[in-house]
Amino acid sequence: MIFQSITQHLPILQVVLPLIAAPLCVLLRRPALSWLFALAVTWASFAISIALFIQLEHVGTIVYELGGWPAPWGIEYRIGTTSAIVLVVVSGIGSVVMPFAKASVTAEIEPARHYLFYTCYLLCLCGLLGVVATGDAFNLFVFLEISSLSSYVLIGMGRDRRALTAAFQYLIVGTIGATSIVIGIGLLYLVTGSLNMADIATRLPEPGTNRTVLVAFAFLGLGAALKLALFPLHVWLPNVYTYAPSAVTAFLAATATKVGVYILLRFIFTVFGAGFAFTAMPLDTMLMALAVAAMFAASAIAIFENNVKRMLAYSSVAQIGYMVLGIGFATVGGVAAGLIHLFNHALMKGGLFMALGCIFLRAGSVRREAMAGIARTMPWTMAAFVLGGLSLIGVPLTVGFISKLYLIRAAFEAGLWPFGVLVVLSSLLAVAYVWRVVETAYFREPSTEAARATEAPLSMLLPTWVLIGACVYFGIDAELTVDTAFRAATSLLGAQP
Amino acid sequence: MVLRVLGKMMIPFIMLFALYVQFHGDYGPGGGFQAGVIFAAAIILYGLIFGIHNAMRVVPPDVVRVLIAAGVLLYASTGVAGLILGANFLDYDVLAKDPIEGQHIGILLIEFGVGTTVAAVMITIYFAFAGRQR
Amino acid sequence: MTIEIHPGLYNYAIVVMLMMAGLYIVITRGNLVKKIVGLNVFQASVFVLYITMGKIVGGTAPILEAGIEVYSNPLPHVLILTAIVVGVATTALGLALVVRIREAYGTIEEDEIQRQDEAL
Repeated sequence: MIFQSITQHLPILQVVLPLIAAPLCVLLRRPALSWLFALAVTWASFAISIALFIQLEHVGTIVYELGGWPAPWGIEYRIGTTSAIVLVVVSGIGSVVMPFAKASVTAEIEPARHYLFYTCYLLCLCGLLGVVATGDAFNLFVFLEISSLSSYVLIGMGRDRRALTAAFQYLIVGTIGATSIVIGIGLLYLVTGSLNMADIATRLPEPGTNRTVLVAFAFLGLGAALKLALFPLHVWLPNVYTYAPSAVTAFLAATATKVGVYILLRFIFTVFGAGFAFTAMPLDTMLMALAVAAMFAASAIAIFENNVKRMLAYSSVAQIGYMVLGIGFATVGGVAAGLIHLFNHALMKGGLFMALGCIFLRAGSVRREAMAGIARTMPWTMAAFVLGGLSLIGVPLTVGFISKLYLIRAAFEAGLWPFGVLVVLSSLLAVAYVWRVVETAYFREPSTEAARATEAPLSMLLPTWVLIGACVYFGIDAELTVDTAFRAATSLLGAQP
Repeated sequence: MVLRVLGKMMIPFIMLFALYVQFHGDYGPGGGFQAGVIFAAAIILYGLIFGIHNAMRVVPPDVVRVLIAAGVLLYASTGVAGLILGANFLDYDVLAKDPIEGQHIGILLIEFGVGTTVAAVMITIYFAFAGRQR
Repeated sequence: MTIEIHPGLYNYAIVVMLMMAGLYIVITRGNLVKKIVGLNVFQASVFVLYITMGKIVGGTAPILEAGIEVYSNPLPHVLILTAIVVGVATTALGLALVVRIREAYGTIEEDEIQRQDEAL
C-alpha cells in the first residue's frame, strides 16, 4: 500500500527531494555531514529517475497534478520518454559526481563554505530536474532560474579570480536567455491564455496567421540557444568550464547544456510542433548551419588551446553541434541521433572532466605543458582520459561511435549526405586535439608538476572510471539507448502532425 | 535625533503592517513575498539608523540563516503533509476535515513559510553588503 | 500594411523601448554595476509586458465583492511577482559578484579587468 503510493508520487519526489534537502544541508553546517547527506539525496534521486524510467515502460506518459488541480488550471508534471532519458542523465551524473566531489572540493574550496557548496549543488540539481519534469511553461522558467542562479554561485567558488568574471559573464548572458524565455512564454500566454505546454499546443492558431506567435517563437529559440550554448552564442561557456571548481565543471558540462537541448526540443516539438518550426519557419536550415559552424569552428579553436580544460570546453561546443544537427534533420532518425548523443556525450564529457579534476588535484594545473609525461605518475587517470578521448573522436566500441553512426545514417536517410561527410571530417579535428594531449602526457619528459604528482585517490578515480566504463559498455551494447531514443523521437515527432 | 525618534516610532508600525499583509493575504491583496519584504524593511531601517552592529544584535546573522532554511522547509513540509495524508503534493484539501478549511490552513502555512524566507533573505542580503569588511 | 496606432498598445511600445534600452546598456557599458542596472531595466520591461496583459478595461482588483462583475486577470500578476523575486535574486547575486571582483581586481571596469588578466 505504502509502496504503491510512493510510486504514484515519484514525479514530484524527483524534484522536491533535492529541494527539501537543500535547506537541511544549510542547517547541517559540518562539511563531512553535509557531503554525506547530499550524497544520499543524489543517490536517492537517481534511484527515483530509474524507477520512473521503468514505470514508463508500462504507461505512455506519467502525469502528476500539483495540489490536485487538474491541468490546464493547475501545474502538472508530465514525464514522457524524452524527459525520462534526460532525468536519468541529470540525476545519474549528479550522483556519480558527488563521491568525486569530496576530495576535489576539500582541495579547492575552503571548509567553511563546503555546506554552501553542497546546498547550491542540490539546488542546481533540483532546478535541472524540475525543468525536465514540469509540463508548465512558467514553472519551467522558475526551475531554469533556480538551476542557473545556483550554478553561478558554484562557478564563482572557483579558486582562480577569473572564476568570478566567468560567473558574472554567465550571469548576464544566462539572465538575458532566461528573460527572453519569459517573454516568449508571456507572448504565448497572450495568444492562447494558457501556460500548460500541451494545452498551448492545442490552442495555437494556424501557422502564419498570427505574428505574436512568430515573435514568441523567436524569443524562445533565442533563450534556449543561449542556454545550450549554440554557436555563436557559446562565448560564456569556455570561461565557465575552465575556471569553475573541477566537480562543478564535470557536473555542469554533463547536465546543464543537455537540459538546454531538452528545452529546445520541448518548445519545438511539444509546443509549436514540427510542422510550424520546420515548415512554416526555416528553423531546420538555421540549426543545421549553426551546428556545422559549431562543429568546425569550435573544434579548430580546441586544437590550438593550451589549457586542456578549456580545450574540452570548446570541444563541448562542437559536440552540442552534433546534437543540434540531429535535431535539425527534423526526422525521427535525426532527433533520435541527437538524443543518443545527448546521453553519450554526458557520459564521456563527465568522465573526461573528472579525469582532469584528478590531474588538477595532483598536479595543480591542467595546462598542457604541466601535463607533460603525467601518464607515468598517474597511469589510471590518463588511461581514463584516453578512453574518453577516443570516445570523443568516435572510435568503434565507444559511445562516440554509436552517436556518429546514427547521426551519419540519419543524414543519409534524410537525403542530406553532405552532412554525413561533414561529421566525419569534423571528427578528424577531434583526433587532432585529443592526440595533442595524449602525445604530451605519454611521450614527453615529465614536467616538474607531473613528476611530483601521484595517482589520484580512489574516491575520485572510481567515479571517473564508472563514467568511462559506461562509455565503453554503452558503446558495445547500445540497444537500450538506441531503442529508447527512437521511441522518444517517434513520440516527439508524432505528437504533432 | 529627529531620525532616531521618528524611526523608533515607525518601526513597530511597519512590522505590524507586515503582519497584516502576511495574514490578510488569504482574503485581500498581500501575501508572503510582500510581507517578508516589508518586515525586512523594518529591520533594515533599524540598521540604517542605529548602525548595522546593533541590528545584528537584534537579529543575529546565524539565526537569520536558519530562518531562511526554516521557511523553505515549512513550505515543503506543508506540501509533503498533503502527500502523506493521501493526496497529491501541495493539495491542501486533506489538511483539515473540511476541504475549504484545509485550503485556508494550507495557504496560511505556505505564505508564512514564504514570508519567513523572504524576510530572512532580504536581511541577509543587507547584512552581507553593508557588513562587509575591507 | 499600415500599423494601427491603438491607444491600448502604448504600453507595448514602452515595453519595447525599455527592453532595447536595457539590452543596449548591457552590451555597451563596460562598468559592471551599469551592466547590472541595464539587466534590471531589461527585466523591468518584461514586468510591464505581463502586467499589461492582465489588464481588462473596466476591471477592478480581483477580490470577491458584491456587485462587481469584471475583474483584472490576476494570473499575470502572480507570475510576475515570481519573476520579480527571481530578478531580485539575480541582482543581489550579480552585485555580490561585483563586490568580489572589485576585491580581487581593484576595479569594476571590464577593459581594466581584461588588461589585468592578459598581463598574467
